[in-house]
Amino acid sequence: MSTNPPKIAELKAEYENAPSLLKGDSSAKEWLDIPVEFRDGNWCHAAKPEVIENLGFNNPRKWSPDDPDWQLEEGWQQIVLAGMKERLGQFRSFKLFMDICVRCGACSDKCHFFLGTGDPKNMPVVRAELLRSVYRHEFTWSGKLLKGLVGARPLTEEVLKEWFMYFHQCTECRRCSVFCPFGIDTAEVTLVGRELLNLAGANINWITKPVSDCSRTGNHLGIEPHTFKSVVESLVEDIEDQTGITVNPTFNRKGAEILFITPSGDVFGDPGIYTMMGYLMLFEHIGLDYTLSTYASEGGNFGYFTSNQTAKKLNAKMYHEAERLGVKWILGGECGHMWRVVHQYMDTMNGPADFMEEPVSPITGTKFRNATSTKMVHIAEFTADLIHQNKLKLDPRRNDHLKTTFHDSCNIARGMGMMEEPRYVLRNVCNSFNEMPEHTIREETFCCGSGSGLNTDEYMDIRMRGGFPRANAVKHVKDKFDVNALVAICAIDRASLPPLMNYWNPGVQVYGLHELVGNALVMDGEEERSEDLREDDMLEIETESPVQEDDA
Amino acid sequence: MSLDVNGTTIEVDENGYLLSLEDWSEEVAGKLAEDEEIEMNDQHWEIVNFLRDYYQEFQIAPAVKVLTKAIAKKNDIHKKEASVFLYELFPNGPGLQACKIAGLPKPTGCV
Repeated sequence: MSTNPPKIAELKAEYENAPSLLKGDSSAKEWLDIPVEFRDGNWCHAAKPEVIENLGFNNPRKWSPDDPDWQLEEGWQQIVLAGMKERLGQFRSFKLFMDICVRCGACSDKCHFFLGTGDPKNMPVVRAELLRSVYRHEFTWSGKLLKGLVGARPLTEEVLKEWFMYFHQCTECRRCSVFCPFGIDTAEVTLVGRELLNLAGANINWITKPVSDCSRTGNHLGIEPHTFKSVVESLVEDIEDQTGITVNPTFNRKGAEILFITPSGDVFGDPGIYTMMGYLMLFEHIGLDYTLSTYASEGGNFGYFTSNQTAKKLNAKMYHEAERLGVKWILGGECGHMWRVVHQYMDTMNGPADFMEEPVSPITGTKFRNATSTKMVHIAEFTADLIHQNKLKLDPRRNDHLKTTFHDSCNIARGMGMMEEPRYVLRNVCNSFNEMPEHTIREETFCCGSGSGLNTDEYMDIRMRGGFPRANAVKHVKDKFDVNALVAICAIDRASLPPLMNYWNPGVQVYGLHELVGNALVMDGEEERSEDLREDDMLEIETESPVQEDDA
Repeated sequence: MSLDVNGTTIEVDENGYLLSLEDWSEEVAGKLAEDEEIEMNDQHWEIVNFLRDYYQEFQIAPAVKVLTKAIAKKNDIHKKEASVFLYELFPNGPGLQACKIAGLPKPTGCV
């Protein structure tokens, strides 16, 4: 199948010529009567059988979502409905979210997938209705008696296909939830939807393979310990080449004060790998007593996109490793969904982590009281505190070749409520920071369009459509302020925003926050730098920096 | 899905990557390259062989940054030149095309 998305002109023609809800056109058919259609680019490859076997999930087989016959197990409906019943008992939130929606429609135009596709089933209310309709049919008296009259329907293979399609056209970003007057968290509906799909053996490879690899090696990419060490050592060499400074990271070191955990994309992917260089430089500069782990070598958690149980399993290694190494607390890197798991689940899933201490910055003495229970501090908070306490020498002119804007990662903004710290850091490391328009940032931030494990190539069509609202906001600041650098604090962002920008806003590069910190950081004894960490030319700095003079 | 190489059927995944590393041979690589519209010359082979050696040692394809540095060192050129060189050889990206031809699996996750 082709992995190329339609050209922008083709999308435009499609929008102009075909009827769309986005233009106020309504379909003559009820949504229940519109069958799901699998076409190239709107579905992700099925999980490979060996991956499903490794995970011990149901019904490993070779299949494809566009096959007419999905080779479901005998009795799959009973398995799924029993799973639904179990979850209704287990998660009161799920039961509540099935019952309390009044279909007011406040969420309907808040979803990036709806805005990018115009598909009514991408209105969060309708997406949740795909599941609610079955819930009503099986678990409510009104649904059992009145069936279709109250929007109830039985679970059929067609319904399962619809779930597969639309619970993978939700990135669990929770923008819709911000606008729900009842506080329904649609991400949790999708989470349960995906759990049920997993019970039926309808899983996607791009999510289950990282879960399987992470179970085996500790990280999604399947980076073995010696490889992890070798890549970091290669970065150490690069930092030395560029700055003349030798940084000295350690691995699996018992007795270190702090364990640092970041997404494995940061030690493999481009441009995340430059963010990793930034962390290493910062830690060396402040003399942090920290260690990396080749076991807790992943901050992200694709288990969270699969099921509560797999999320718990993959998350557990953070505390295991912290306890084994005897660290005082954990510092976490630039990741999105890792922080939703850490902030909202870890303490009760795998805690309490009483073997650690309340995190205190060894450099500034600041107590991170917000992390008292989890014992895990976000790097943006940590660095913002260092800057605020005047512990870093920074020359923001070294980022003068970049006109930046900041993309709030959904899970950081809405999952842990952190808005100011990354902005504070960014303002201190560069001279040109330009906010995207109101309603597209902070708690109303638009998703990259590829979150929750959907950043796979064969899905580029949907990703480019779903990423349109975000790209459109970037275009605004590109046109207005010549923005050429989109800064993000999430590894999925760093992987998925580059193709999104190449598609909608060519010329805009994607950066991690700590890459820019690394550029601006004036380290003791460093050589003069004329290139940034990705070896692009900096603008010439005409006079010596006062900071550098002090340093000399 | 599968590839036919001199009458032998080789299994590949939906993206055209070999399912089993052991199925790789120079003939298979030639066929994979043909499908990518790449005419293999000595320089292509040098990259493909480097990738296979790296994989033997590290069980994953190299990060693009690591690959670029290695090629720069090998050919005594600047890293930026090495990057251009790699993209000239593999226009759709060395990470994707060269790894596919070398028979390596595609890494999955935040990449």
